[in-house]
Amino acid sequence: MARYLLIRLLSLAAALVVASGVIFLMIEVTPGDPARFMLGMNAAPETVAALSAQLGLDRPMGLRYLDWIGGMIRGDFGLSYTYKVPVADLVADRLALSAPLAALALGLSTAIALPAGLYAAARRGRLGDGAVMGLSQLGIAVPNFWFAMLLVLVCALHWRLFPAGGFPGWSDPMAGLRALILPAVALALPQAAILARVLRSALIEELGRDYIRTARAKGASRPRALVRHALRNALIPVLTILGMQFSFLLAGAIIIENVFYLPGLGRLIFQAITQRDLIVVESVVMLLVFAVIAVTFVTDLAYAAVDPRLRHRG
Amino acid sequence: MRPALILGAVLSLTALAAALVSLVWTPWDPTAMTISARLQGPSAAHWAGTDHFGRDILSMLMAGARTSLAVALVAVGIGVGLGVPLGLTAAAHRGSWLDELIMRGNDLIFAFPALVIAILITATFGPSATNAILAIGIFNIPVFARVARAGALSLWTLDFIRAARVAGKGRARISAEHILPNIANLLIVQGTIQFSLGILAEAGLSYVGLGAQPPTASWGRMLAEAQTMVTLAPHVALFPGLAIVFTVLGLNLLGDGLRDALDPRLRGRVT
Repeated sequence: MARYLLIRLLSLAAALVVASGVIFLMIEVTPGDPARFMLGMNAAPETVAALSAQLGLDRPMGLRYLDWIGGMIRGDFGLSYTYKVPVADLVADRLALSAPLAALALGLSTAIALPAGLYAAARRGRLGDGAVMGLSQLGIAVPNFWFAMLLVLVCALHWRLFPAGGFPGWSDPMAGLRALILPAVALALPQAAILARVLRSALIEELGRDYIRTARAKGASRPRALVRHALRNALIPVLTILGMQFSFLLAGAIIIENVFYLPGLGRLIFQAITQRDLIVVESVVMLLVFAVIAVTFVTDLAYAAVDPRLRHRG
Repeated sequence: MRPALILGAVLSLTALAAALVSLVWTPWDPTAMTISARLQGPSAAHWAGTDHFGRDILSMLMAGARTSLAVALVAVGIGVGLGVPLGLTAAAHRGSWLDELIMRGNDLIFAFPALVIAILITATFGPSATNAILAIGIFNIPVFARVARAGALSLWTLDFIRAARVAGKGRARISAEHILPNIANLLIVQGTIQFSLGILAEAGLSYVGLGAQPPTASWGRMLAEAQTMVTLAPHVALFPGLAIVFTVLGLNLLGDGLRDALDPRLRGRVT
């Protein structure tokens, strides 16, 4: 296990180094001088040069890359060109919305998919199975931002159950939660549809195995064999999908935040793009990529923990 | 024939037909604005109504189909064109440093969701449909590389491949002549799935302004423009959304149906 962990850690570090290099280079070739952008088109060249020096933009590229990486490791992401505040503070501020939203959506999609997948597998080939599979097929095809618009139209504007957009902050936790319900539902639906299908097919595969027949022969009821025996083994592929879904959830959250005018990471990154606040774009993208790589790493480890065969493959 | 496969084929072909017909004919000019006819509901003159500029929504939907299908198709082309050779090479040199390098490179691209690639490209070069194609295409590369490698690995152990090796054929030639035709089914099914995902991704990118720019018609941008109009005229948001749902649903059903038809062992399995 120690060797497996070491190899995984090394490849994690290598992935982070290469990813950060790619992001840094992409932003580096972007046309437009941030110092000139901050000062406006009429600024004197000396002023621009002075600001460039102050921001460290006149230093060699390699040094700036090392500065950026070193800063990120210390939690110092630099200063936003437009907001004039530390990027780390901006990100932390926005994460207070985006992280609970992603967690809520992940929880919701699991809460929908688990019973739906179990039910469909138990009623395989019958009407209930067909209904769940048909609905999930539809759930996969619906773009989440369109579903979000329909939710706003019906649940917020027509029934007035939830706010149509905006975020009141966490000073009143209930009001904050209420503002995140519709976005979380919109995010969770397509994920739940995929998860339910994966769980169903994994369960059906497990149900055909010998140990299930043994369990049934020893007197385990059908539901008990399904939940106590098959579900445990079927959770392995579900775990993998859950890990992979994380990156879709992040991307989805960026889009959904736009539908509900939520001041999260997604809004921050789009504002930063239009304002050419490249240090914010660079840092947020690196953070997103880091999150995806870290989740993949944790999923790999969890996978190896439940399935010993994987550990020995290295 | 299964009904799901037929439904999938009909829905997919409808979208394709709309896109092709829009090349030569649309009921109205999709870019022509008639302010006096703005936000009209469906009628005999405008089957799907008009938007806030008085443009004919049906014509915009047809032109939008062209954008969606073209972006998704080229993105699949990029994924197949680069991913399949990479996957075949990795499988042909299984366990070697080349295999390791290709697969770790794949993992790395996987860490960049299509939206993040699009954000990076847009921050650098500005938004356009070409950038959307690139972003989705790059995301497709590791998907096809993995499918091709997995499919090829199981074939390399079979007798007819060994026979080809003994006959003196090189790895690259065996990959092209014997492996590729045998994994074509897998690639077709994966292609259908990535095609439908590409349509969803294109809509999402255009919706947030990272994809096709005006005056190019796009389903995602139609929805973005409809957002503030949705209480006044729900049909403005309804039809583009339905167009996406039916096209993606059609392609998914087609993909499932093709998989069952091409590989009887998988019949009834859903993933």
